[in-house]
Amino acid sequence: MNPFQFTRANTPQAAVSAVSKESGAYFLAGGTNLIDLVKREVIIPERLVDINRLPLATIEETTSGIRIGAMAKNSVVADHALIKKHFPLLSMALNAGASAQLRNMATVGGNMMQRTRCPYFYDHSMPCNKRGPVQSGPSKGQPNGPAGCGAIGGVNRMHAIFGTSEKCIAVHPSDMCIALAALDATVNVTGPRGNRSIPFAQFHRLPGDAPQKDNTLSPGELILSVDIPRNEFAKYTHYLKVRDRTSYAFALVSVGVAADMKGKTIQDIRLAMGGVAHKPWRLADSERFLKGKEATLENFKQAATLAMQGAKGYGENDFKLTLAPNSIIEALQIATQTV
Amino acid sequence: MKKDTKNPPLDRVDGRMKVTGGAKYFADFAIPNMTYCVIVGSEIARGTITSIDTKKAQGAPGVLGVFTHQNMPPIPGWDAPASKQADGPPPKPDTEEKYRMLGSPKILFDGQPIAMVVADTYERATYAASLVKAIYSKQTARTDLEKHKKEEITPKGGDYSRGNAKAFESAPVQLESAYTIPIEVHNPMELHGIVAHWTGADQLMIYAKTQGVNSTQQAMAQAFKLDPKNIHVHTEFMGGGFGMGLRTWPQETATVAIAKKVGRPVKLVMNRSQMFTMVGHRPYTAQSIQMGADKNGKLVSIHHAATAETAKYEDFTEATVNMTKFMYDCPNVSTRYRLVRLDRSVPIWMRGPGEATGAFALESAMDEMAHKLNMDPIEFRLKNYTETDPEHNRPYSSKHLKEAYERGAEAIGWKERKNEPGSSKEDNWLTGYGMSTGVFNAFRWEASARVVLNADGSLVVQSAVTDIGPGTGTALTMIAHNVLDVPFERIKVEYGDTSLPKAPSQGGSAIVSAVGSAVFDTCTKIKNELFELATKAGAPLAGSNAADLSIESGNVFISNSPSKKVAVIELMKANDLPLTAQTADSKGSAELEKYSMYSFSVHFVKVKVNALTGTVGVTKVVSVADSGRIISPKTAASQMIGGVTGGIGMALTEEAIIDHRFGRFVNNNLADYHVAVHADVPSIETIFIDKPDPIINPMGAKGMGEIALIGFSAAVANAVFNATGKRIRQLPITPDKVMPGWEFRAVGN
Repeated sequence: MNPFQFTRANTPQAAVSAVSKESGAYFLAGGTNLIDLVKREVIIPERLVDINRLPLATIEETTSGIRIGAMAKNSVVADHALIKKHFPLLSMALNAGASAQLRNMATVGGNMMQRTRCPYFYDHSMPCNKRGPVQSGPSKGQPNGPAGCGAIGGVNRMHAIFGTSEKCIAVHPSDMCIALAALDATVNVTGPRGNRSIPFAQFHRLPGDAPQKDNTLSPGELILSVDIPRNEFAKYTHYLKVRDRTSYAFALVSVGVAADMKGKTIQDIRLAMGGVAHKPWRLADSERFLKGKEATLENFKQAATLAMQGAKGYGENDFKLTLAPNSIIEALQIATQTV
Repeated sequence: MKKDTKNPPLDRVDGRMKVTGGAKYFADFAIPNMTYCVIVGSEIARGTITSIDTKKAQGAPGVLGVFTHQNMPPIPGWDAPASKQADGPPPKPDTEEKYRMLGSPKILFDGQPIAMVVADTYERATYAASLVKAIYSKQTARTDLEKHKKEEITPKGGDYSRGNAKAFESAPVQLESAYTIPIEVHNPMELHGIVAHWTGADQLMIYAKTQGVNSTQQAMAQAFKLDPKNIHVHTEFMGGGFGMGLRTWPQETATVAIAKKVGRPVKLVMNRSQMFTMVGHRPYTAQSIQMGADKNGKLVSIHHAATAETAKYEDFTEATVNMTKFMYDCPNVSTRYRLVRLDRSVPIWMRGPGEATGAFALESAMDEMAHKLNMDPIEFRLKNYTETDPEHNRPYSSKHLKEAYERGAEAIGWKERKNEPGSSKEDNWLTGYGMSTGVFNAFRWEASARVVLNADGSLVVQSAVTDIGPGTGTALTMIAHNVLDVPFERIKVEYGDTSLPKAPSQGGSAIVSAVGSAVFDTCTKIKNELFELATKAGAPLAGSNAADLSIESGNVFISNSPSKKVAVIELMKANDLPLTAQTADSKGSAELEKYSMYSFSVHFVKVKVNALTGTVGVTKVVSVADSGRIISPKTAASQMIGGVTGGIGMALTEEAIIDHRFGRFVNNNLADYHVAVHADVPSIETIFIDKPDPIINPMGAKGMGEIALIGFSAAVANAVFNATGKRIRQLPITPDKVMPGWEFRAVGN
């Protein structure tokens, strides 16, 4: 770990100002991923701006739904009565992530900002494009390591099957974000140019030619809160996480389902997958197909088939081409209580 | 000794100390003027360092020295022949490469230390270490055993065969199966390392993470050409060893050399990723089994072959195929064991060692054959049960395996099991039952002990043995109590220090048998002395025969006339004593040679398998140990539960993964290398047959550290087969291997 400056911000404006005026400055929230990145020298910060004192941890009902402050701890959100009542999918997804200790530290904003766990990203003796183009990047001390994608042709069992590029096949690691994507959340941010709101689906991005960019935030922008619109999905919902061990493991594939049912008919439904892409993967075609249909195994199979269009395996992760549709069916059966 | 009485449950005597921070582990010892050492590892697996830049590191704050192959202080004894137990890096003349840490610019494995940085704080040493930059001339690394299987060598020991080698060909029912075990890493909670402190020019004090202080003492004596008496090693507690502490690793010796050079005490604590490359691992092993049986389920033949990885610079062998030689009554048996020398660091025993690897293959194959025969797997094993050791043609010292099968089957609810796979469902999950057998040598190694009976009647028991976690202090307390009937709370066991009587390293499930016997013998000496004092002329029981006496509740008395007694304290007072007895090299008699001595276990598991996702959960475990008299039932049960937990990891989650293009691990941390977590571990029922072995030692106790794990992974694989009809022969059993294929599978790459 290299020496860096540590400062503490007392207002969002001060935090934004501290981070935007200096390259190599980062917001520090729970630190559960950032500190690892610093220790592994994947990020060599000039400055960490501690935002833990910002008054952004409130969870409150709004006219249109619920607003969750960016600094709310993952464990607090997961246990919150309003969340459990209105958005149990979010609770389930949060509790499926990390460990109790990590959830007690991690914040909602930080969860959205966490980096991929692709091993090539973390080991700068191995190739990775995600560390940024050689000789540039936000920090002068950024260790680039060799360019290229180590995972293509390498160990890629955990990697993406959707939306990949030749530059990067890493996956977004969050469980929480799968739920937020399914629930049509909106991200409220502030930055050097003022405030704006970003639909959740547009918050994270695909790797394309710039895999170093995980999201669409501009430099210096700070997440303030996340809004979830009210819905009728609380009763028929499930977060299924398939993983190599029962706790404290990233998803091989995860599926978030939230449905509004009338009898056996699916009135409306939201579906998103994790562990399959560089961002939370919404299954829009499957949603459209299932809307108004009966909750039957045959329909679920059709929906899963639709979901898999455009999927592509890279060798070790070919099994996800089977596991993903299987998991969609399983999650749909549990959520619609048709098991 | 109350040999025929079961022992009461006793709380871990050092439990309170351990959970309140009173127990000191090697890294807890703070020595004034301490310095900290951090290792820089190679980023390539094979090649040569062409240049190494240490200038920045040397100029970093607090740095006291940066040591590389260019300036490493010499270790005088590293090239002397290795002694029996103390193997620094032993020179093995028949290997291709010689590895001397920081001895040359040559890189033989990924993570190989290329520099050791010493600074006045750990943080400064870590920072300075990050400034060391090496340039390499890289060569293609050979790290994939599957790719290089043909380059096998035959280690010493050779192949085994009895009966007709061609019997398989005519066997009515034939099975041929291949199994693989990935690289597994011990990953104990406590990081590895050493504190080296030269207290004089030729006086060395060491706090180490070692499973044997005497072994470390020997290794260091050899390395530095010192009289072992000048070397004091202390390791009372260990935060898990599982085999990794059974040798002195080169970086420990190097730290001692550097401490001498720096002139201050040096502490080395390795980081987690270094624990994957510098302190051994369970070797990747590919196995195959050919098994023949007749239609009634009688075994005709077994051939068991294993090929394991080792380093280029050292041949590590283990007993992977041995169980097959004696486990079942089978006339035609052959085994074959090979090594492939790869560009990898050397393996070492990991709990259950090779036997756990071998049992996965043999006990999976037994299940596969039972299925082919449409027999119940227990019935198939009973059909081929043997009361004598067919390998050595001699009796077992004791074997109650039949009873273990019965009791385990009863406890797990084996009768609920359907022999037809894939035919049981609970809550939309497939369910299945599996079982397997484990076996491990029961040893009686030499050990020494000292026992002091104080004038106030309290007892001190001393041995150099280290407690790596099973509860050695508790077991020795029980043994001493059983001989002298001193209350538990008045017995103090002192251990883990070379100033105490010599003991073997804690490993091989042998400590209760070895050190326990020494304690038993020594306590017996004390007892006999008390009897002499009680019966000598003028003493309260004068005229009685010592052989007619007993000791209980602080009194020596005539066995058939208990009112004729004398208090132990009175005897001590009258003779103005504490009593001290010492036993050197307690060992078994020649009688032991006439028997095969093994501990046995049977593991039963129930699993649930998700029919769509292939997720496997172990929902119930019953493990039965036939390991003689159980000395300390409570810690023994804990030990069994720990072994099973390791077994669940081995079966379902553990695998260290290498990118063979780079020869480098991609999951060398505790987030990505999956040891079993609480949520993977169901309630585990342990059953002890608890019948004393009449041969092995005076307590009748056999070891159980290894059998707790040996065979377990096969029980899980067998249960998964019973649940799904899918046979998994490659560990770990992850969802991708178990999930069903999909009829409308999407287009692959």
